[in-house]
Amino acid sequence: MGASFSVGLDSLGFIVTLLTALTFPIVFLNFHKRKIENPSLFYSLMLLFECGLMGVFVAYDMLVFYFFWILAFIPAYFLCCIWGGSRRISVGYKSFAYTFVSALLMLAGILYFYQFTPQLNPESVHSFSIMAFYTTHIEPAGQPGIFLLFFFAVAIITPVFPFHSWQPDMFEQSPFASTIVMSSVMTKMGVVIMLRWIVPMVSVGILKYETILVALSVTGFVYGCSIAWVQDDLKKLVAWASVAQMGLIAAGIFSGNVPGFRGAMFELFNHGINILGLWMVVSIIEESTGTRKISELGGLAKKSPALTFFFMIILLANIGFPFTNSFTSKFLILAGLFSYSKWLAFIACIGIVLSAVYLLKIFRKVFYSENKNQGKPEISISIFQTLAMSVLVLLIIILGIYPDLILHFTNGIAQELMRRMGGINI
Amino acid sequence: MNAIIISALWGIILMLCAVFIKNKKLPGYIAIAGVLILILSNQYEFFTGPFFNINTRDFFRVDSLGLLINTVALVCTLILFLLNGNEIESIGSHVAEYFSLIFFVLCGVSVCSSYNTLWMLFLGLELISVPLYILVGSDKTNLKGNEASLKFFLIGMFMTAVLLLGIAFIYGGNSLGSFSINFFDMGKGHMPILIASGLILLFIAMSFRASAVPFHFWAPDVYDGAPAPIGSLMATIVKAGVFFAFLRLFENSFAAAHHEWQPLVVIVIAATLFIGNIAAVFQQSVKRMLAYSAIAQSGFMMFAIFAINAPAKEGLLLYLTVYSLATIGMFAIVSKMPDYTLDGFRGLGKAHPWLGFSATVFLLSLTGIPLTGGFTAKFYMLWAAVRDGYHFWLVVFALLCVAISSFYYFRVIQAIYFKKPESDPAEPIQISRGFKWTLSFIMFIIILLGIAPNLLIDWIYY
Repeated sequence: MGASFSVGLDSLGFIVTLLTALTFPIVFLNFHKRKIENPSLFYSLMLLFECGLMGVFVAYDMLVFYFFWILAFIPAYFLCCIWGGSRRISVGYKSFAYTFVSALLMLAGILYFYQFTPQLNPESVHSFSIMAFYTTHIEPAGQPGIFLLFFFAVAIITPVFPFHSWQPDMFEQSPFASTIVMSSVMTKMGVVIMLRWIVPMVSVGILKYETILVALSVTGFVYGCSIAWVQDDLKKLVAWASVAQMGLIAAGIFSGNVPGFRGAMFELFNHGINILGLWMVVSIIEESTGTRKISELGGLAKKSPALTFFFMIILLANIGFPFTNSFTSKFLILAGLFSYSKWLAFIACIGIVLSAVYLLKIFRKVFYSENKNQGKPEISISIFQTLAMSVLVLLIIILGIYPDLILHFTNGIAQELMRRMGGINI
Repeated sequence: MNAIIISALWGIILMLCAVFIKNKKLPGYIAIAGVLILILSNQYEFFTGPFFNINTRDFFRVDSLGLLINTVALVCTLILFLLNGNEIESIGSHVAEYFSLIFFVLCGVSVCSSYNTLWMLFLGLELISVPLYILVGSDKTNLKGNEASLKFFLIGMFMTAVLLLGIAFIYGGNSLGSFSINFFDMGKGHMPILIASGLILLFIAMSFRASAVPFHFWAPDVYDGAPAPIGSLMATIVKAGVFFAFLRLFENSFAAAHHEWQPLVVIVIAATLFIGNIAAVFQQSVKRMLAYSAIAQSGFMMFAIFAINAPAKEGLLLYLTVYSLATIGMFAIVSKMPDYTLDGFRGLGKAHPWLGFSATVFLLSLTGIPLTGGFTAKFYMLWAAVRDGYHFWLVVFALLCVAISSFYYFRVIQAIYFKKPESDPAEPIQISRGFKWTLSFIMFIIILLGIAPNLLIDWIYY
């Protein structure tokens, strides 16, 4: 069949596998205290989930990549449906259906592309290896069609604007641990398939849809931010915030220039860290107060100064405040977007303002307004949770001051992608 | 050849057993021994040659793919006997006859996998059908079974007539005056009208046997109404024989005009996939859902006839193996359940974890999730279609139908794991250790073929 189990780690893979490897221990540290029904099954599914994600990030063979791509969804589906909220079964299947349909379309694309990959002689098999996929040249007329088949996989997992509707539901209904993993790691699968496979494979085909893709991503960013603004449920709010910020990353990629690529790759890591922090704060609030409604919360700053401090740093990082990690990456994405289209960059800036608005809303209402639930006990943060939070805060600040730690990995890939797209170097 | 002769002999032996042996358990053991002998002799033929050197005057042509299809059918029969032996014994009082008839079906399957003339094709299909007419209605107290049997008999007879008419047309339009499937004068550019109409009639008759839409109306009733092991036999082992016969007929006889009759196959595939899947969505009974899913899966197997190239052959072998194993497993689990509806499956994951897990693996394989054989099988089929180079939209359409199929397969998984049973079952399901081991064996094969399909496929080129 021409497929072999080949894996490898390039610098893009390094960034995302590092993120995955950081996320899972932090999640486990955070939830070690929670009582879970049937914990052995839960943790085995979580680790299977990690296996699928890691596989996607390191696969150097298209069929292996597809295997892991599906392997990442199945545990997510089971995690949601067994331990999720009240609507878990319908929401779980809805998400699975979305992702499965997109994966099947991608399979059609893979099959179509596979027939053009080089073979040694007419009788021998074609190849699924990454090198075969890179060296195959599809004539420009055929490229947009192939791109469309692959595009839905990217659009649904990332998500790009009109294909996002499963994600907030799934994030809200899933148990916290798998929500965090989905939001901070699984959404990055779309970026990886885009940068590692699609852009090198059908670089010309993308250009045809570039305008509409960037416009959709930016719309998704602003739209997600505005929806997040009006949410009362903290879990839903963060879900929408995650969806929105992934839209910005998608915009960075689709704008197709070096700052855009580099910013998106760096933001990939930062978004993972920052949204992980937000989820952790929300989960700690829910754990100790028993509610996630902003209208029922208040005055947490007095109860727990430590949590307030952590939240403030994470909030600033999410907004993209200078000296936090995502300042550099958001700046790069906006710079890329700006050189693509001034108007879209301007609209994206509105989205960034909006993201500051809804995050500061949480800060004001949940942490500083008057205390509404007097009867609830003190907020207790375990030593492990403090440890996990400290790691995140340290990462945020270190990467804010010295972004080159991660950023220097991105240059080579961005230049290579530009070379394949035949664009001009900026 | 070994399989044909020995299965016929064993059928006669079992028929004699019905006269001389009154023990109800013994025929089952004799049947299992018979299948084991059949498997061994078939493998002996595969590696060294037939036991008997008979001059068949080109009526039969034995090749490695046909023998592999035999192996698949025989192994599936063995598994069917191991899993469902009790159910076959409890159909009625004529236990030995049931087994004997199944051996005649097997004889028909092995004729279908090695025929070389249209006569032998006819003989093989009739050898399969006639015992099945009896077996479907073998549970005389079951009204649904009787209805199914009559329906199957009437339509089956009609389709036999269509097949014969097709053979007659082909014979008449063929300048060589031969029944051999190897030399037909297809004409260049346009087919002679007699050959063309013969081809269409043969296609209709074969599509009927393969339960492809629009000739599928008998299938859900028969699979559902027949006793569970017989439904399982028809949906898997018989289908294996029929599909191989279908492929060989169109590959050997009509390949020269491949792209002239291909649109016919395209329509049938699209209709089969669409109607099979859509109808399965609305079923509340898992058994009936499996019946419709068997139709939908036929649509995928039809890709082999659509493409008739090397990956199509490899894929058909793989598909038949994986699909048959998973379907036999599912039918066996269903037949153990007190309640065939979706609600009957609730809480199975808690009550019988191993049963629930194996049902999940079978359903995932039927859906075509990677790491199960179902994925590799579907992959080969689609790859065959893509390599053919025409009608790429059909591949995309087929994949979207897979997405539809995930809906009804996953509904069973949801019932197994995520929903709580409404009431405690009156009597707990009795599962023997052998049953569990056989299920584990099926799962092992399915997952093995999902990782390394070449373990099976390479034997074609042995």
